[in-house]
Amino acid sequence: MAFPIQYHIATLYALKMAGFWTFFKTLIDHEVTIELKNDIQIRGTLKSVDQYLNIKLDDIQVVEELKYPHLSSVKNVFIRGSVVRYVHLPAAAVDVPLLEDATRREAANQAGKGK
Amino acid sequence: MEHHNVHDPPPHSGGSQPGGVMNTHGPPPPQAQQLPPQMFTTAAQLLDLTDKKLLLVLRDGRKLIGILRSWDQFANLVLQSTIERVFATITNPKDPHPRGVYADKSHGIFLIRGENVLLLGEIDLDKDDDPPVGYEKAEFGLVEKLANEQKAAEKARETKRIKKLATLGFEGENMGEILL
Repeated sequence: MAFPIQYHIATLYALKMAGFWTFFKTLIDHEVTIELKNDIQIRGTLKSVDQYLNIKLDDIQVVEELKYPHLSSVKNVFIRGSVVRYVHLPAAAVDVPLLEDATRREAANQAGKGK
Repeated sequence: MEHHNVHDPPPHSGGSQPGGVMNTHGPPPPQAQQLPPQMFTTAAQLLDLTDKKLLLVLRDGRKLIGILRSWDQFANLVLQSTIERVFATITNPKDPHPRGVYADKSHGIFLIRGENVLLLGEIDLDKDDDPPVGYEKAEFGLVEKLANEQKAAEKARETKRIKKLATLGFEGENMGEILL
């Protein structure tokens, strides 16, 4: 993907510092599907993520809408991070080599600390 | 509890510099959209929802509708004019177009401990008066009875499934607790 090199270095640094929180912040304004621990799946535009990985979604759409009638008049949701099982990411928005690299660095960093 | 007011300006002052916790060394790394870090706090997320009519889903499956009046960093919440809404289907669970009934019970003010919160949804006031597709209002006692029966049946099914899985060596993430 054609990001400027400065972005790569900054993102790597950020991932090292704040891990997944920062990673999720790079996905703001992308469409994601959140699967909760009660199996409900909610698709929407990621609007905000905080340090607990609480998530705010806009323009939500519930997968299997008819099974969950209570969400029919809801337009945006705040989901508590502790109840999220999966976040389905848009593959195109994820820079995989970058993430891999960041993860290796983080692992190396942790190994260094352990000594 | 944190004091806040929806009329306060959003906490954006000094927010032109991105980076927050990350800018202790060197130049602040640019974020994808240059958003101020103050946007990414629990407080900022909940501030937008304050004094709005919300639907709250609890971990035990209860659905509460009320006006959010106060909260803190754990998502402990105070709801005003709270009503509890129960739903029950009256068609076969496998029916692709389920029909059902719902009913409301008024509770007043609730203080809810954050750990019990599954999600908070802002209710679109334009759609608020329309009942959910396929559902109609019925008497509370009746709907509650139906809902309890369905919940018990679901729980029995889930318990059986978990037991079966346990014999095969699988352990679920919420063994013994069923989230609806």
